[in-house]
Amino acid sequence: MPAPTQLFFPLIRNCELSRISGTACYCHHRHLCCSAPYLAQSRLRYAPHPAYATFCRPKESWWQYSQGRRYASTPQKFYLTPPQVNSILKANEYSFKVPEFDGKNVSSVLGFDSNQLPANAPIEDRRSAATCLQTRGMLLGVFDGHAGCACSQAVSERLFYYIAVSLLPHETLLEIENAVESGRALLPILQWHKHPNDYFSKEASKLYFNSLRTYWQELIDLNTGESTDIDVKEALINAFKRLDNDISLEAQVGDPNSFLNYLVLRVAFSGATACVAHVDGVDLHVANTGDSRAMLGVQEEDGSWSAVTLSNDHNAQNERELERLKLEHPKNEAKSVVKQDRLLGLLMPFRAFGDVKFKWSIDLQKRVIESGPDQLNDNEYTKFIPPNYYTPPYLTAEPEVTYHRLRPQDKFLVLATDGLWETMHRQDVVRIVGEYLTGMHHQQPIAVGGYKVTLGQMHGLLTERRAKMSSVFEDQNAATHLIRHAVGNNEFGTVDHERLSKMLSLPEELARMYRDDITIIVVQFNSHVVGAYQNQE
Amino acid sequence: MFYRLLSVARRQRTGRGWQNWSSGRSSASAAEAHSVALPAQAQVVICGGGIMGTSVAYHLSKMGWKDIVLLEQGRLAAGSTRFCAGILSTARHLTIEQKMADYSNKLYHQLEQETGIQTGYIRTGSVLLAQTQDRLISLKRINARLNVIGIPSEIISPKKVAELHPLLNVHDLVGAMHVPEDAVVSSADVALALASAASQNGVQIYDRTSVLHVMVKKGQVTGVETDKGQIECQYFVNCAGQWAYELGLSNEEPVSIPLHACEHFYLLTRPLETPLQSNTPTIVDADGRIYIRNWQGGILSGGFEKNPKPIFTEGKNQLEIQNLQEDWDHFEPLLSSLLRRMPDLETLEILKLVNCPETFTPDMRCIMGESPAVQGYFVLAGMNSAGLSFGGGAGRYLAEWMVHGYPSENIWELDLKRFGALQSSRTFLRHRVMEVMPLLYDLKVPRWDFQTGRQLRTSPLYDRLDAQGARWMEKHGFERPKYFVPPDKDLLALEQSKTFYKPDWFDIVESEVKCCKEAVCVIDMSSFTKFEITSTGDQALEILQYLFSNDLDVPVGHIVHTGMLNQGGGYENDCSIARLSKRSFFMISPTDQQVHCWAWLKKHMPEDSNLLLEDVTWKYTALNLIGPRAVDVLSELSYAPMTPDHFPSLFCKEMSVGYANGIRVMSMTHTGEPGFMLYIPIEYALHVYNEVMSVGQKYGIRNAGYYALRSLRIEKFFAFWGQDLNTLTTPLECGRESRVKLEKGMDFIGRDALLQQKQNGVYKRLTMFILDDHDTDLDLWPWWGEPIYRNGQYAGKTTSSAYSYTLERHVCLGFVHNFSEDTGEEQVVTADFINRGEYEIDIAGHRFQAKAKLYPVTSLFTHKRRKDDVELSDLHGK
Repeated sequence: MPAPTQLFFPLIRNCELSRISGTACYCHHRHLCCSAPYLAQSRLRYAPHPAYATFCRPKESWWQYSQGRRYASTPQKFYLTPPQVNSILKANEYSFKVPEFDGKNVSSVLGFDSNQLPANAPIEDRRSAATCLQTRGMLLGVFDGHAGCACSQAVSERLFYYIAVSLLPHETLLEIENAVESGRALLPILQWHKHPNDYFSKEASKLYFNSLRTYWQELIDLNTGESTDIDVKEALINAFKRLDNDISLEAQVGDPNSFLNYLVLRVAFSGATACVAHVDGVDLHVANTGDSRAMLGVQEEDGSWSAVTLSNDHNAQNERELERLKLEHPKNEAKSVVKQDRLLGLLMPFRAFGDVKFKWSIDLQKRVIESGPDQLNDNEYTKFIPPNYYTPPYLTAEPEVTYHRLRPQDKFLVLATDGLWETMHRQDVVRIVGEYLTGMHHQQPIAVGGYKVTLGQMHGLLTERRAKMSSVFEDQNAATHLIRHAVGNNEFGTVDHERLSKMLSLPEELARMYRDDITIIVVQFNSHVVGAYQNQE
Repeated sequence: MFYRLLSVARRQRTGRGWQNWSSGRSSASAAEAHSVALPAQAQVVICGGGIMGTSVAYHLSKMGWKDIVLLEQGRLAAGSTRFCAGILSTARHLTIEQKMADYSNKLYHQLEQETGIQTGYIRTGSVLLAQTQDRLISLKRINARLNVIGIPSEIISPKKVAELHPLLNVHDLVGAMHVPEDAVVSSADVALALASAASQNGVQIYDRTSVLHVMVKKGQVTGVETDKGQIECQYFVNCAGQWAYELGLSNEEPVSIPLHACEHFYLLTRPLETPLQSNTPTIVDADGRIYIRNWQGGILSGGFEKNPKPIFTEGKNQLEIQNLQEDWDHFEPLLSSLLRRMPDLETLEILKLVNCPETFTPDMRCIMGESPAVQGYFVLAGMNSAGLSFGGGAGRYLAEWMVHGYPSENIWELDLKRFGALQSSRTFLRHRVMEVMPLLYDLKVPRWDFQTGRQLRTSPLYDRLDAQGARWMEKHGFERPKYFVPPDKDLLALEQSKTFYKPDWFDIVESEVKCCKEAVCVIDMSSFTKFEITSTGDQALEILQYLFSNDLDVPVGHIVHTGMLNQGGGYENDCSIARLSKRSFFMISPTDQQVHCWAWLKKHMPEDSNLLLEDVTWKYTALNLIGPRAVDVLSELSYAPMTPDHFPSLFCKEMSVGYANGIRVMSMTHTGEPGFMLYIPIEYALHVYNEVMSVGQKYGIRNAGYYALRSLRIEKFFAFWGQDLNTLTTPLECGRESRVKLEKGMDFIGRDALLQQKQNGVYKRLTMFILDDHDTDLDLWPWWGEPIYRNGQYAGKTTSSAYSYTLERHVCLGFVHNFSEDTGEEQVVTADFINRGEYEIDIAGHRFQAKAKLYPVTSLFTHKRRKDDVELSDLHGK
């Protein structure tokens, strides 16, 4: 096993600085991971236009770093011990179990495990989970930010409220509005399940609330009186679009408070993808915008695992997305709208929140920047207009919604940002989680029946099996277990501690070249309850 | 009936061999349904045709009871009995268990002769291995106790072990114990033989008959409802093994029988190339968690793993029973251990891995006796994997109990009434048995506390005391402080503090004891069982006078120490009773008496709406203020003089303490030290505690725990019920004549027996021993159950022991008997006999000289510190 830190520096030296771009990363990556070429290109979500990057990630100008210091510093050679590795992997893990009442859990969700492993500093991924209190169901989502974490943070705080409000019946909306109006206590809408590191912005809370209130007031006004059944799919689409719209509007209007004013602009000028699941009984909806993915783990009758994809990636690998973009813009832009598998040659995901640079007209962009705070005005990137920018908007936050009716064999759902999917095949992901969740039970039990087996042979076999299992028991969290595999898997598909240790001890500035932020939520379903639903019919 | 039974037995025998189990099982389910009419009534109905049920039937019929029906839901001897590994081992930790196993051994030995049914009994002997010195100490202790009850056994060297068993690797052993008379036997055949003998004595046996529930009227068994009809009966015996819990709860008046099953695995192999001799001893390698026996030329080996798999938590589950599978991965540690012990087995071929669930109880002891709630409802179950060893003896004791009203041995340790409904939670049982099963092969060290199922019952001061460093023990679900670790002190980790020698808390308890002697300590003793008996007239006094041996017709405010005796004059309970008013009494008994004492009182109290018995245990928090300065603390808090002139010893008064009124203050401490017990209504507990601690500061007050209390009470020769006293010991045998008023003007239970004993003299006498040549730092500590030798002759066993910080010696309490040198018969024990002996106490094979005392050392009561001993540190707060 070559030491990546040592391997890496000579490689950097060989590359000309001007060539350090997606392709430069690619060549390192191939050396290190021997993985498929297209994966490597996704290392960086934006083509790192220098100006662009200085705005988005001032701390992360890694090429400046390597230029300034890489010759001076001798590569450190240090290994993390297994407990150190564990403490890094487990720092962000979170588990939630749906509480049982009277010994019975009547929810179709048993609980979920989630975790994050940063590659960017600070991490740009976000995650959210909450139970709807005024309607039934549970919401879970992963958000992959780019050009900073402002947008993904805002979406992770706000999107579920928009969805919950969209799902609320007219009477409840009225009740809430009346309570606000008359200063009474509000009905709680969401029960959040948050890791201590998952923070909410206090400063913007009032602003966000006002936007949300305007939304439900409009919903109340729009209601024609006839109480129709609320369609979850429609609610999800409306919520996504409305939130993106509010983000855009807030940035255009600005805020008298200079801190807030800068915040709303950062939110709007950065971007985020979102992959959100809504589970209510056997009804599972997945709303996806961008290239995060929702994967269902299905256990076949023979105990084996198969993966069912519940979302489509919105990127250049998706023919239908390419088609959509070409149809939405004039024929003469057909070649420029997607270049090098990126939107306008810049952006990897083809749908996203925020990213007003791909949504606003040039006029609007200029106007907002001019009237904006100095930080914005001085920034090279904000003034930079994407090439071939003729017929905006080029980008939408509208999600694609998939519906799936849960069956007893549907054991779990994995929601993860592309950081996971680019390192692991979906089939492996589902198998690893499935084997983890079922533990030893589904390692095919040994039976002696009929064969001649000696005690010594049996002992050898059992010792081998136990060694295999011990890696599973290190983790109490399915998401952690998956990250361990994603980062530490060797070519044989087993976790290699040395590799894991090296990957985790990469300096902040280099980590991003070897992997992306990884965020995972594993939702476990309650087969008994799901089965009972089925039997009712 | 008998013929059918014999045919079952014969079929069993022709199909002998364990390979046929599975076929035997399926033939049982496929067998045609019999439709034999059940009798309409019987004296006794026994549920369960395993070794327990058949043993009870056998012994009852031997004792002359004839009208007995035994019901079995499947086939006889088909449950755990059938899958039992067939090892009879007498090396048990409790004497009562040793005696049961010894009796079983003798019974099974002659059973084939008696019944003509082959039982496969082979006297192989057994060898218990020790990989560590601590294990060897444990074996030596058992060895000492086995020898005095006449079971031959010896401690042997590893070399000798190798001679006894050709396949053993002995390099890592430090020693072993050899019990030559232990045996292997087919438990299913034993059960069939017992059934056959019982059947010949008139017991009617019906298989494929399930008991649905037991019918009860007015707290008395009236009959059973089965799937084949009803049977009226007076007695019901629940021997349903792992289903006993469910069967108990199926009644209208539920009987809680706390037990839970775990899967248990053992391995069978094909014969060795050169088969072992049939009398090759059974090996128990407890440090390796396995047992190994010779089986049909091959090996049978199982064990008690660290991570047991509890099963049937949600009750009887047909699916689970049929799906009991071999779990090789689970068996892996035991297999490794087996191959380490017998490396030559590597090439031996596997026959199968057997999964047979075994039943476990919350304290690793079996459950027998009568239900406290339903008269005539008897139980024998929860064998903790020792059903075969205990079967004969346990069946006999239960039969004696039913026929005579009490068994011939003290079986309190096994009595169903040591448990209450509070141990019946399924979650509790599931968690606890997961701890109990590995404990079977763990080292049993003194003062071990269970780790699971804790913090169930707590005093309102629990958090307060915990924050001050309390370490806890549990009794009857109640958390009690053992001692308080000072903030600057670091104790060993739990695992390391397991020792047979001086424990790491020695100095801590010493300072607590010292504080009790010189200043004042407070001990939370809320766990004690507290009853109130009130009546409209004199009914309460009358019934108490009949139930208790001391005279309770005392002036209001007096406290009486008295025994609650049985017909034989033995202690059913030992308690303190305060007369609160003319017509109401407050009764304090040991913690684990809650169920037993209640049942006894209810059984003997007349149905009278004017007489009320109430369990007020939960209503009061009890604080024990021990020490010479307790008087000062209390008088400062109550503005009342508390000196002996105003508040004589054994006196009870309701008064105010701090802001709280209605605190029952009693001038007694359960230790013989000066001080007070405060019985505080729980809502005042925190207030009173805070006040006591803050006022007490200037008197040097500190918290203390039960270890200090224990040391104090044992050095003062205070015997405790459940440890020193039991149903077979009378007040006269422990020097408590003063607590018996034979002439109090009315009869009481046990009076006749005591009168007779007074006339004839006693046959055993509770004696206090002070160890002379014992080095506290270096020698093994006494615990309980150590043999006592008088002039080199076995004379009895210790019942409890403690280090006396005042005497700077170990003190043991124990009963001295006078066994005739010629016949071994028990003879009268006089004070002279005690005083004229030279005594030794045997601790794990080492005998220490001891001084015998019949009365407490008087110097303890007049403790005064000499002036020149005072030092500056005495001025520090404690």
